[in-house]
Amino acid sequence: MTTGFELDGNAMAGDLREIFAVDLTEAVATCAGCGRPSAVAALLVWGPAPGLVARCPGCEDVVLRLVRAPGRAWLDVRGAVSLRIALPEESVAEGPA
Amino acid sequence: MTEARWETPSARTLVLDVPQWPGHLPGQHIDVRLTAPDGYSAQRSYSIASAWRDGGTVELTIQRVADGEVSSYLTDVLEPGQQLELRGPVGGWFVWRGAPAPVLLVAGGSGVVPLMAMIRARGDARGRQPFRLIYSVRAPQDTLYATELARRVRDDPGLDVHLAYTRKTPDDWLEPPGRIGVATLNTHGWPPDFAPDVFVCGPTSFVEATADILVALGHDASRIRTERFGGTA
Amino acid sequence: MSIISPGFGGRRRSSAPDLPPGQYLTHDFPVLSAGPTPRIPLERWSFTITDETGARTSWSWDELNALPQEDFTVDIHCVTKWSKLGTTWRGVSLDTLFENVESTADFTMVHSYGGYTTNVPLEDLLDGKAWIAHTFDGEPLHPEHGGPARLVVPALYFWKSAKWVNGIEMLQQDEPGFWEEAGYHMYGDPWREQRYQGD
Repeated sequence: MTTGFELDGNAMAGDLREIFAVDLTEAVATCAGCGRPSAVAALLVWGPAPGLVARCPGCEDVVLRLVRAPGRAWLDVRGAVSLRIALPEESVAEGPA
Repeated sequence: MTEARWETPSARTLVLDVPQWPGHLPGQHIDVRLTAPDGYSAQRSYSIASAWRDGGTVELTIQRVADGEVSSYLTDVLEPGQQLELRGPVGGWFVWRGAPAPVLLVAGGSGVVPLMAMIRARGDARGRQPFRLIYSVRAPQDTLYATELARRVRDDPGLDVHLAYTRKTPDDWLEPPGRIGVATLNTHGWPPDFAPDVFVCGPTSFVEATADILVALGHDASRIRTERFGGTA
Repeated sequence: MSIISPGFGGRRRSSAPDLPPGQYLTHDFPVLSAGPTPRIPLERWSFTITDETGARTSWSWDELNALPQEDFTVDIHCVTKWSKLGTTWRGVSLDTLFENVESTADFTMVHSYGGYTTNVPLEDLLDGKAWIAHTFDGEPLHPEHGGPARLVVPALYFWKSAKWVNGIEMLQQDEPGFWEEAGYHMYGDPWREQRYQGD
């Protein structure tokens, strides 16, 4: 039973937008614990202090941690296998050769 | 803040005139940071209640929360003419972008705020997407935007609103008070074959329960977008 | 540049002399958490010290309560800038728990139910500087404040005083715990305002 969290990843949008050029709450994070993909906005978030802790809605493992200090921020992503970020159609990258 | 109005005895809409505001999508947020004279500061994220019109204002509806240091300042202390430190618009996930699919909106309490922005944006654009709002509220006097919702049901073609009272109903109401359950979502939502886009916003327990029922009714989990908020705004 | 909001923030806080730099006085007891609150039945609760060779010394709830108990009154300082003065606790001194633990390691990692960790040098746990506390203000420690038992190391910022504590692991080298990995200071001395890495 999930208890006690107050927020979800939608609440991380402001801090993430200040760091990244794309809206990371729309990105899909794959949990390193259970492999479940989930939009960052749909992660369960505890915080905001001492930092934002975003956990997998499936297994509650920590996926992202975001700590804001004056003039700097730390984003710890070791709980995510990957972040899939949608890009505009025109920016097509070369695949592996 | 240029003006403010009370929506209910405990919820106040702030009308903000934001220089160089780039516009926003319905469902997006704004972060408000308050700083005390001694440097102490606190920040909270609020959903935008208004739909964007060029050159217009930005409206937030703030529900006063017991012991909420930011919300109670915004409802009870902030006066027209005062400035606020804002960051936004932010968030691109819990957003309605005007797709043609039918839409089901499910609100718990002040979770109606970002959904109201979607209803207003559709109304402004004279949208024809079939829209249904199921709005769970404690009692009639706690209903946000009651007058405007009634007007829009009359004037915005294809918009339906169903109010579900959890504690106390109006005198002539047919249903007893109670939480939103399978029957309400089945009767007043869209059938899963219509493949509606679903937006659910409210307190955590409300959102979890509603999303679980919708999935059990056969709605595609990937079309259900949720936004949860806690009790300490 | 911040916009000052007149009348904001005066309700719950006041400044006081003799507080570490940047701290405000609070009279309530804010709850900060990084995850769900674990609920641990007392009959399944245990506390384990693991030395650098892997040898383990464990106490059950009853065994912990059978050890000498101390009442202590301390000031606590949270890195989120609130301080609370004269808090009263009851628990077991770490000196008692380490009495029969042989170790040459200088560092520790504190572990909690729910997976939280925080690093504390051994010397900051000994000589009357730290306790495993189970009682706050005369009442059993509430789960949201770390009950059944939490570490209390008042000389360091309060994130080092791990809630729901269940063990201490001895380490030859200092390693970061949960918040220390994500930008917070490895040591966390409030009087030197060691909030973040590099402070």
